[in-house]
Amino acid sequence: MAAVRTAPERATRRRRTLVVLGAVTAAAVAAFLTVGVTGAWDYALEMRGRRLAAMAVVAVAVALSTVLFQTVTNNRILTPEIMGFDRLFVLVQTAGVFLLGSSTLASADPRLRFAVDTVALVAFAAVLYRSLFSRTERDVYVLVLLGVVLGTVFTSLTLLVSRLIDPNEFLTLQDLLFASFTSVDQGLLGLTAVVVGVVAVGVWRHIPLLDVVALGRDTAVGLGVEHRRVVDRVLLVVAVLVAVSTALVGPITFLGLLVANLARQLLGTHRHAWVLPGAALLALLALAGGQTVLEQVLGLNSSLSIVVGLVGGIVFIALLVREPRQ
Amino acid sequence: MIEFRSVSKSFGDTRVVDDVSLTIPTGGITSLVGANGAGKSTLLSIAARLLPADRGRVLVDGLDVATTPGPVLARRLAVLRQENAMSVRLTVRELVAFGRFPHSGGRLTAEDHRLVDEAMAWFELDPLADRHLDQLSGGQRQRAYVAMVMCQGTDHVLLDEPLNNLDMRHAVQMMRMLRGMADELGRTVVLVVHDVNVASCYSDRIVALREGQLVAEGPTADLMTPELLRGVFDVEVEVHELAGRRIGVPWS
Repeated sequence: MAAVRTAPERATRRRRTLVVLGAVTAAAVAAFLTVGVTGAWDYALEMRGRRLAAMAVVAVAVALSTVLFQTVTNNRILTPEIMGFDRLFVLVQTAGVFLLGSSTLASADPRLRFAVDTVALVAFAAVLYRSLFSRTERDVYVLVLLGVVLGTVFTSLTLLVSRLIDPNEFLTLQDLLFASFTSVDQGLLGLTAVVVGVVAVGVWRHIPLLDVVALGRDTAVGLGVEHRRVVDRVLLVVAVLVAVSTALVGPITFLGLLVANLARQLLGTHRHAWVLPGAALLALLALAGGQTVLEQVLGLNSSLSIVVGLVGGIVFIALLVREPRQ
Repeated sequence: MIEFRSVSKSFGDTRVVDDVSLTIPTGGITSLVGANGAGKSTLLSIAARLLPADRGRVLVDGLDVATTPGPVLARRLAVLRQENAMSVRLTVRELVAFGRFPHSGGRLTAEDHRLVDEAMAWFELDPLADRHLDQLSGGQRQRAYVAMVMCQGTDHVLLDEPLNNLDMRHAVQMMRMLRGMADELGRTVVLVVHDVNVASCYSDRIVALREGQLVAEGPTADLMTPELLRGVFDVEVEVHELAGRRIGVPWS
């Protein structure tokens, strides 16, 4: 058996891991901003800076939403994306275009559109996922299956609705919906940054509570946590965060799964005070570093979500296969 | 004091707890005994507000468990369930320290640290303090969980099958520690036990359940009779006196 480390030794190690992670992430960010700039530096830095800001907002949103979701559902495999949250958001957006017409939407403030879509998503998610998770002890395989089915249903409905839309309007719709890191709306970026900032502060203030919730429902109730209320609020926060990241850059299904599990592994703990910043740094590292490598080294454009999907999918299957051995 | 007032609970068509009214007095160890499926664990879970009752109320020191705010109740009543598989990785000391959450909200004071140390020492966990729970044997892990519950510092402690997975030596050790909690610390300990002789040797009072109904309750000596045990377990039991303790021996 490996030597047992004392609590202070573990804390020192974790702090060092987090510092190293921060330094590597900073290097990736610097590389993203500076590598391969040709011509006017002002312009390049401004453009890249805006994309970097979007990445930072998405990184924090994805890390927070995944870790929180896994805490209240008591598992390490399911993420909001695997349960179909992000595709539900795309469906809500598409349904919005169908019902209101693209001309109304295109002229509307993107921030207003985002707010309306988010409220719709939160309402849907509240009904749908509360009924799924309120029942105690669900088999994780049943939930994965449900998530896959729900995701497929949402995608099919989105396709159906987009077929019903006038072809000309559909082009506008595509423009609206399929955002990526290369085309981020500036007004939306400011709004989502504020939303994510407020949520992050709120979450940070409840970290001890989250640590208790992670112990499981019965233990948390025994320790005086109003479990139902906490889970409801967390699912609400998760829905908002997924809406933020999906609205900004579209679905990146497996990023959250990757960074949440990697953060726990690297830091050797489930404590939110360590895992949340660790996961956020890893997400930013994956986005900024990955984009730099793809664009500058391999000369490819905007295929990061495919790479994340490939790596994340493999990790997902590995986790799923390993699960019963616990 | 824990009062059950006409408590009923059904799962589907099966009535698991059937109109139970019962008062568990302050102090000492009370054991809930009965055959499998008699409703012992369900009754305990209702008292610990882990399950809602269909009908009836449970009062802990006069507070209705269904309506009292969680943190208030968590300072009066602590509970340990039978299954404690956790998806998180914790050291023993971290787990025990969670017992102070109802008091300090997760930011431990010097007093909290002292109480954690005390609970660790009481359950002889000091050498294991920095081990992860998954590195422990079943008996050590069970001790760590009970230490967390004790560390919660509540007057009432409810334990569902605390002897699960424990061999004879560790079972005796656990019961001695629980006896100490009741006698030296003045806690009211309520246990679910399936071995009636453990209940007989270590508890002050016994509550006997059968098919969700209360059969009898009272001081241990009054309940350890062949007639009563036959009624509860549906099997002939001889009761012998051994070294001042009543031991039931089933035969058929």
